[in-house]
Amino acid sequence: MLKDITIGQYFPGKSFVHRLDPRFKIIITAFYITLLFSAKEMIGLFAGIVYLVAAFLVSGIPFKMMLKGLKPIVPIIIFTSILNLFFIDGIVVFRLWILKITDEGIKMSVFMVIRIICLIAGTSLLTYTTSPIALTDAIERLFSPLKKLKVPVHELAMMMTIALRFIPTLIEETDKIMSAQKARGADLETGGLMQRAKALVPILIPLFVSAFRRAEELALAMECRCYHGGEGRTRLRQLKSGWADYVSLGITLFFLDAVVAINCFF
Amino acid sequence: MPIIKTENLTYTYSQGTPFEKTAVDNINIEIESGEFVGIIGHTGSGKSTLIQHLNGLLKPTSGKVYIDGQDIWESKEITKAARFKVGLVFQYPEYQIFEETVYKDIAFGPKNMGLSDDEIDKRIKETARIVGLGEDLLNKSPFELSGGQKRRVAIAGVMAMEPQVLILDEPTAGLDPKGRDRILDQIKLYHEEKKRTVLLVSHSMEDVAKYSTKILVMNKAKVFCYDEPPMVFRRAEEISQMGLAVPQITKVFNALKEKGFNIAEDVYTVDYAKRKFLQYISARKEKS
Repeated sequence: MLKDITIGQYFPGKSFVHRLDPRFKIIITAFYITLLFSAKEMIGLFAGIVYLVAAFLVSGIPFKMMLKGLKPIVPIIIFTSILNLFFIDGIVVFRLWILKITDEGIKMSVFMVIRIICLIAGTSLLTYTTSPIALTDAIERLFSPLKKLKVPVHELAMMMTIALRFIPTLIEETDKIMSAQKARGADLETGGLMQRAKALVPILIPLFVSAFRRAEELALAMECRCYHGGEGRTRLRQLKSGWADYVSLGITLFFLDAVVAINCFF
Repeated sequence: MPIIKTENLTYTYSQGTPFEKTAVDNINIEIESGEFVGIIGHTGSGKSTLIQHLNGLLKPTSGKVYIDGQDIWESKEITKAARFKVGLVFQYPEYQIFEETVYKDIAFGPKNMGLSDDEIDKRIKETARIVGLGEDLLNKSPFELSGGQKRRVAIAGVMAMEPQVLILDEPTAGLDPKGRDRILDQIKLYHEEKKRTVLLVSHSMEDVAKYSTKILVMNKAKVFCYDEPPMVFRRAEEISQMGLAVPQITKVFNALKEKGFNIAEDVYTVDYAKRKFLQYISARKEKS
């Protein structure tokens, strides 16, 4: 049950998109988000869809994976589409009691739904094609100018890496503890809200205890290997950018310009 | 009637995905009440998956599990009852401890069964004695105890539920030899005093050989054999080929056999080996 949760949903592959420099991928994703939000008309959004579909085809990520990534935000999609559907003024096309649906409302809700889907699918493409480690590496490099302002960039990136690394471990651990308590007759599935909250105690306490134990062990192991923060630290895998990265960035900027241009002309 | 019976039990992890893996494949076993069964097999041979089926924590992909002749997935009540009939001690059980005191932690299981306070108190005292926890420890916080003591608290927590079948998944993993023997002796004591069925999952042939009345060998998701120890160790060759270590004494006697001293083929404990060896020597003396 807990195994269905995927965070850091890296989908290993060797496609063009996988091999791009993660720093560029983050920048490209940021531009893509800008593109989606600067599109004012359906035709601009259409460019965003074309770009997304092309990127997905190149990356070789199965279409099913993209749909799976969208599942958790279905409630948000429904919620925004309903809000837009009923609360935008315009020519009324349908009326039921005090609820009315306008032509503008329909247009707006379709527009918003497409925008949200593109947004989530586009950003999840980043996490699908980039391993969490590469991602934090890239974040560290991108934010490294902040070191001048005494922001502990390396330490923050290390914390992120560790957090990501331990998510699957903790999920597995929770699963194990749940089974063990169920074997001792703990009832996790029935009862009212209070009862269920109480039933969580036998699971949360061992989980916390083991999380702290792991943290202590890891800290000790890091100290034993003389870890002392980012200063003077070099990497085994250097991030390198090449022509493919610049071309991809160029294409993305072209699309962004196109959308801005469309806004001016329509 | 066997206390545990499985019928074509099959379980597949992540069915319908590329990660699909059959962990137990068409298992048919019958375990009689009162046995001490050693379950042995390689990592990934399906031991842990099998035992989680026996108390209804996992639902078989296909096939049936009967406890006391009752199909445990017939209704929700029966599944729940099966959890109390079959007690399962997981690997590294000390990580499930959560209460403020040892006493309260052992009481968790019996409390869930809805027993009276007097009965719970009686059972805690009794199981604490069996697993060798002194009364002075009962009011301590379990987190202050040593690793071996914590493990015994966790085992007591399941024993106190007095299940008809007690299953332990590698109860000695990560303990020193002294702690290992101690826990195994205590489990044996429980088996003898309470006359309950015990299933012991282990990597160590030595341990299994010493305590079990029957041995179940798992290999690649299937049952390789389920028989009494002498019969199992007659197949020592096949078992070693599987990558499982047979007891050292069995190895010694197999080596002797290769040298032309065929003393006995079914040796698996030192005591038995000693007896056989002395018999052999005296027989030779008489001849000459």
